[in-house]
Amino acid sequence: MSVLSVEGLCVRYAGQQNPAVDDLSFSVEAGQTLALVGESGSGKSTTGFAILGLLPAQAQVRARQLAFAGQNLLGLSENALCAVRGGGIGMVFQDALSALNPLMTVGEQIAEAVRLHHPVSRAEARARALALLKRVRIAEAQRRLDEYPHRLSGGMRQRVVIAMALAGEPRMLIADEPTTALDVTIQAQILRLLADLQAEAGLALLLITHDLGVVAEMADRVLVMRHGRCLEQRDVLDLFNAPQHPYTRQLLAACPPVGSPV
Amino acid sequence: MNLPWRSIPLWLGALCLLAIGVAALAAPVLVGSDPLAMVARPYLWPGQNAAHWLGTDMLGRDLWSGLVYGARVSLRIGLEAGVCTALLGLAIGCLAGYFGGWVDNLLMRVTELFQIMPSLIFTLVLVIILGPRVDTLVLGIAATAWPNVARLARGEAQRLAGMEFVQAARVIGMSEARILWVHILPNALMPVLAMLAMLVGHAILTEAALAFLGLSDPNVVSWGSMIGAGRDVLRTAWYMTALPGLAIFFTVAALGLLGGALNDWLNPRRGGLQ
Repeated sequence: MSVLSVEGLCVRYAGQQNPAVDDLSFSVEAGQTLALVGESGSGKSTTGFAILGLLPAQAQVRARQLAFAGQNLLGLSENALCAVRGGGIGMVFQDALSALNPLMTVGEQIAEAVRLHHPVSRAEARARALALLKRVRIAEAQRRLDEYPHRLSGGMRQRVVIAMALAGEPRMLIADEPTTALDVTIQAQILRLLADLQAEAGLALLLITHDLGVVAEMADRVLVMRHGRCLEQRDVLDLFNAPQHPYTRQLLAACPPVGSPV
Repeated sequence: MNLPWRSIPLWLGALCLLAIGVAALAAPVLVGSDPLAMVARPYLWPGQNAAHWLGTDMLGRDLWSGLVYGARVSLRIGLEAGVCTALLGLAIGCLAGYFGGWVDNLLMRVTELFQIMPSLIFTLVLVIILGPRVDTLVLGIAATAWPNVARLARGEAQRLAGMEFVQAARVIGMSEARILWVHILPNALMPVLAMLAMLVGHAILTEAALAFLGLSDPNVVSWGSMIGAGRDVLRTAWYMTALPGLAIFFTVAALGLLGGALNDWLNPRRGGLQ
């Protein structure tokens, strides 16, 4: 059974003619990575937020099916949704600096995330926060626990954000442009970390990105989006070898091949 | 987050307030007489009598004793009203800014309702209705001063509500109430803290203004009530109003210096924090 299965997802903002997401269907298996690819405004992020029920009230979300681990997410109460968020599905954001509260230490923030989903003591939550920091391979984890976010580098902050997303032991991660704000070497480290974590825990990963290099490295399947619609959805090798839709071909051509003169 | 240790206004303000605060706390040690007791000949000018070096008022009450005990009442009213104002404004501003929509509309209309009334007259009416006591003075001052704090906190909360860490908190399943408490309040508190010194200064001035109009707690001496009492003999014995007036001036000026320095330090828009 798929961890997440979406069928006929439509999102429409009040007062706008075109739907932000139009009749989108996909599913993600455990241990598998699905990449949502498309230009800005194609509805990638909206899809991620719609799954978690986090769109503002003026957005209208409909779907024939929106199921996480067999549980229908549409029509769940706010409390039940809170349990799914973080507990079932974790999310990683683009900008890791603004994803952390500047007034709380790294340890406090991760411990807070742990305690949201597990009824443990403060000391136990702190111990788990430390374990999570080690799991995301932060150097000198013990010392980082008591540091404030502005003292960390961009890559370390993103690791902290990933640790927070993992605090509730989710079965699925939604990563919304997780490496866009980082420089290239750090990007590669974070992507490797995500892949390792996925392999360790059999996480399903929904990767939202516009970076085809990231897609080639990480994804099993790719879904190309434009104007809220799915243009094609295929295995990653097929897509790169024989893109079918003209837009996909354009997208691939926009990426200079390795070794080409600049 | 380094305090600007070399800042002269900070030191001047802090030392001045510290001196006044210590004097207020140590009042029974500093002066022997009850500020409300008639202890000497009335209308003694400062320096006339060594035992009462700041002189006496028209009823023969020691003015130095009045100043020191008055500091207790004035500072207490200032602090309590300042803190109440900050808390009330912070709570309303954060709720309005974070939730937006109809909550924001409702709370901001109420805030505007309070803002369009002349604040001193509104405080005056409240104190007249409730009767002039220390606690009603605090209430009256806080009830009119909070809208400015609320607007400031609302702006901060709106900014914070759009930040990714708030979104991230929602994504890991934090409830709205918990997000408000953990993420919004502490972050919106910073600019309000920077404003606190000004609020205390404002409260002390308002208390003095009310006392000048005769609305002060008759059971205690405050700087304002001393000015109010001295008003009738302003032309013949101006020192009775001038001395507590100077005390208020120095306290409020010190609070202003301290507030300015704190604002420089805590205000993120000046690049202080982070």
